[in-house]
Amino acid sequence: MKITIRKREALSAWAFMMPSLVGFVIFVFGATIISLLISFLDWDMLTPAKFVGLGNYLKLLKSDSFYLVLRNTVFFVIGTVPMRVIFSLLLALALVKNITGRTFFRSAIFLPVAASTVAVAMIWRWIFNADFGLLNDFLYRIGISHLPQWLINPNWALVALIIFSVWKDVGFSAVLFMAGLEGIPQELYEAGDIDGASSWTKFWKITLPLLSPTTFFVVVVNVISSFQVFDQAYVLTGGGPGNATTTIVYYIYNYAFQRFKMGYASAAAWILFAIIFVVTIIQFKHQKRWVYYI
Amino acid sequence: MGVLYMIKRTTLIKSNSSFSESIKSKKAFGNGYRVRRLKVSRLVLFVIMCVVALVMLVPFFWSFLTSLKTVGEVFDYPPKWIPKSIHWENYSQVWKVVPFSRYLINSTIVSGIVTILTLLTASLAAYAFARLKFRGRDFIFMLYLGTMMIPSQVTMIPNFILIKLFGWTDTYAGLILPNVFTALGVFLLRQFFMTIPKEYEDAAKIDGASRFHIYLHVILPLSIPALSTLAVFTFVFQWNNLIWPLIVVNRESMKTLTLGLASFQGMYSTNWSLLMAAAVMGIIPSFVIFVLGQKYLIKGVTLSGIKG
Repeated sequence: MKITIRKREALSAWAFMMPSLVGFVIFVFGATIISLLISFLDWDMLTPAKFVGLGNYLKLLKSDSFYLVLRNTVFFVIGTVPMRVIFSLLLALALVKNITGRTFFRSAIFLPVAASTVAVAMIWRWIFNADFGLLNDFLYRIGISHLPQWLINPNWALVALIIFSVWKDVGFSAVLFMAGLEGIPQELYEAGDIDGASSWTKFWKITLPLLSPTTFFVVVVNVISSFQVFDQAYVLTGGGPGNATTTIVYYIYNYAFQRFKMGYASAAAWILFAIIFVVTIIQFKHQKRWVYYI
Repeated sequence: MGVLYMIKRTTLIKSNSSFSESIKSKKAFGNGYRVRRLKVSRLVLFVIMCVVALVMLVPFFWSFLTSLKTVGEVFDYPPKWIPKSIHWENYSQVWKVVPFSRYLINSTIVSGIVTILTLLTASLAAYAFARLKFRGRDFIFMLYLGTMMIPSQVTMIPNFILIKLFGWTDTYAGLILPNVFTALGVFLLRQFFMTIPKEYEDAAKIDGASRFHIYLHVILPLSIPALSTLAVFTFVFQWNNLIWPLIVVNRESMKTLTLGLASFQGMYSTNWSLLMAAAVMGIIPSFVIFVLGQKYLIKGVTLSGIKG
């Protein structure tokens, strides 16, 4: 009797799971395994595939263009993540206070997060325009004479991409920080007041340590998403000038869907996966030194 | 419209908070000096935040003003804010050269169906994970969680090949299906279902209700906050998705709004007033979703923080 009840429960459980599981087996689990298999092939989807073992990986690691793309992406991550984390923390600190217009400010900061990257990147392409753009006009007015050729100069193009990405997604991290700040028990600050601690001391000794789990999460999420940057590069710069703003995902896109080198592109995707995986693991290992859980 | 709404809400909050503030400051700070210092630092903070809000919002105003200028006026130097005369026809021009309404309809259909299917499949699976016992449950759940680490670029290529094999390029099925199955939705809903006390289900169980009945009439109604958060999040994410439509769509009539905008930019790369008109039209739907769903979006961001 008991067995049949358990069996019936398992049966209905599988029925509940079925729609999701079928989709996952095809589009997620299956696709992941197939992607790994394809990465060992030389295949253009027209002629028969050829097994090349680790050939694609070796070719990638030897290719200068892949190193350039790696360098671009790492620069982008290093340029974007610290600025986003610091700005969003400052914004969150300001916005948890009961300042006038708090709701309006919060909406203003969050609006670019909700807007589509393509549409706002189109706007920023105009703002970054070296001759008639708003940004250079502003810089000229405050007395800068050597105006950057934003999207035309290879180095400045990457900086432009970073500025845009900080502007676009700073609100996302700010919301996370706000939630984290609201979770810090108020009594700790009252205890600090009694001990006569200054705001500065309270920030370093109470806020930052207790916020560290949130900070950790914000850093991890931002690093992962920055390694996968694509949309803004596609719209703002088209990966150029030259290959100056071609990121890893852009490279994968180009090889898979412009040149149809499926094996080579899959191998690049797996290298991206490996990089993200290793960087995330390192961060988790490192967190013991600076993240405090209560 | 959205700005007005926000301003209305802010003034409401303002009148509220200044009241509670005055009580607080009286309680906490007896001497006038500290109160004055507090007021000064509040003012400084307010001014800084105004500058920040300006930086966040100026691009939107600037694009709108540019979209009303003539093609030539855009290249006036130095740039002027206010157009000499208003040229709404830039908008109708965009509408004429690309099937903009078609893009809008496609984006709505694709994002809408992805959202519905995600909610449906994720909530069913989440119910099984949260409430039912079956062999391999924890293992499968770990597999689901594990996929959150895999960047979408890994599965993108095989999924494209699959869609091509099925002949689903340039179809809604091809645009929709590969985007439905994400572990985050299942995970969020499972976590939420676990917090619902079992007692709610007991009454229904005693009445002999089936598990599906409990899922439909007990669990889902109690989970509306979590479901709406997931819905808004999925919809916005899908609405903004560029790379997948870019891969599976070639025909003009199947393009989504993001893809349509991107290809419009390719055609009119320096016709700035038309480009800005297109960008403004691309932002208006996001703006509407944002005003309607801001609460859920923000909650979604903080909810996704739980997994950390």
